[in-house]
Amino acid sequence: MPSLKDLQNRITSVKSTQKITKAMQMVASAKLRKAQEKAESSRPYAERMRHVLKSLAQSYAGRDDAPVLLGGNGKDKVHLLVVATADRGLCGGFNSSIARFARDHANKLLASGKTVKIITIGRKGNDILRRLFKENIVEAISLREVKNIHYSHAAEIGDKILAMFESEEFDVATLFYSKFKSIIAQIPTAHQLIPAQVEADESDKDEQVVNYDYEPNEEDILKEFLPRNINVQVFSALLENGAGEMGAKMSAMDNASRNAGDMIDRLTLSFNRQRQAQITKELIEIISGAEALK
Amino acid sequence: MSEAIKVEIVSPEHLVFSGAVKSVSVPGVEGYFTVMGTHAPLMSILKPGFVSVEDEKETTSFYVGGGFADVSDSGVTILAEEAKSASDFDPSQIKGAIKQAEEQLAGAESPEAKNSAQALLDGWKNLALEAKN
Repeated sequence: MPSLKDLQNRITSVKSTQKITKAMQMVASAKLRKAQEKAESSRPYAERMRHVLKSLAQSYAGRDDAPVLLGGNGKDKVHLLVVATADRGLCGGFNSSIARFARDHANKLLASGKTVKIITIGRKGNDILRRLFKENIVEAISLREVKNIHYSHAAEIGDKILAMFESEEFDVATLFYSKFKSIIAQIPTAHQLIPAQVEADESDKDEQVVNYDYEPNEEDILKEFLPRNINVQVFSALLENGAGEMGAKMSAMDNASRNAGDMIDRLTLSFNRQRQAQITKELIEIISGAEALK
Repeated sequence: MSEAIKVEIVSPEHLVFSGAVKSVSVPGVEGYFTVMGTHAPLMSILKPGFVSVEDEKETTSFYVGGGFADVSDSGVTILAEEAKSASDFDPSQIKGAIKQAEEQLAGAESPEAKNSAQALLDGWKNLALEAKN
């Protein structure tokens, strides 16, 4: 049975932990709002980009002379996995769920005899994946120093991927990140970067194919457009991740605060019980002492 | 008067401009071009330069650092890597850019290079004027 003093100490320590988790939750919710705004304001660009890509891809459908970034280089041997996670922990299962998703994918590829290379963005993902795929990680990018994710950061990563593709270090590139659905739901997602993936939305089916004039010409536009598309994909993945991380952190910290509260209640209860037991014991001693003197 | 045209200028970070205007001129790789209402669908690469949006009252310029213009029935969409309006710049930045453009103009040899340098210089000067207002 712990003494009264021990219980008192534990209550104080849990209380201060609760203070910390509460503060972290508030910081996360403030940051979440900012991150969400950012992710939302980047959406029009990404949407437009996808729209243009689709109309360009349509005109190349079924043709063999499509650029390699769109049609692929015809091989399927070496896969590059770009895994984007957060740089900080304490956000529930956020990082591990992305890492697990990427790991399963990598294992599947390895089992079918493909070569896997991994680039990690963010320290946490690197920590997890390094244990399993030490030889496969070709680069670990950390954005720890970066407070505000800017397009140029994404462009840097995109350029790195492109340079690797040009020197034929891989054939297919896939980006892993977490899609921000709501504060409590972030969905690990895989998105194929090279060759470019054109999503067919149901809603666009009845959209007419517009016959565009191209200036200077289709090929040059695609040549400019596809690398940019990769940068934009990376950028929006980073922003989605940023919002997801904060959301996950918020709900994790909320849980932690609530657990700490429960714990304090329980400890206080047993503290009071013990205090009363002690008082009762003392009373008995006094009364029985008085009785003995009679 | 021609029909109004819907213009959107978007950069990866945010929507810079959106509205219905009279005309918009765009720095295409093969030279500046102006789009008014009911233009044929066109897709063009942009070079660094200035997009000027003209409505009934005034003309507003934006600096774009390359990108794409997508002209379709639904309007003009300018996808710019970097898009800034006059108020996003420091006066000193504009001054520096004017100076640089002047140097470029002085150093330009071929008529084409001279032309594009002149266009860039004019654009920056316009921006400087707008920033003052």
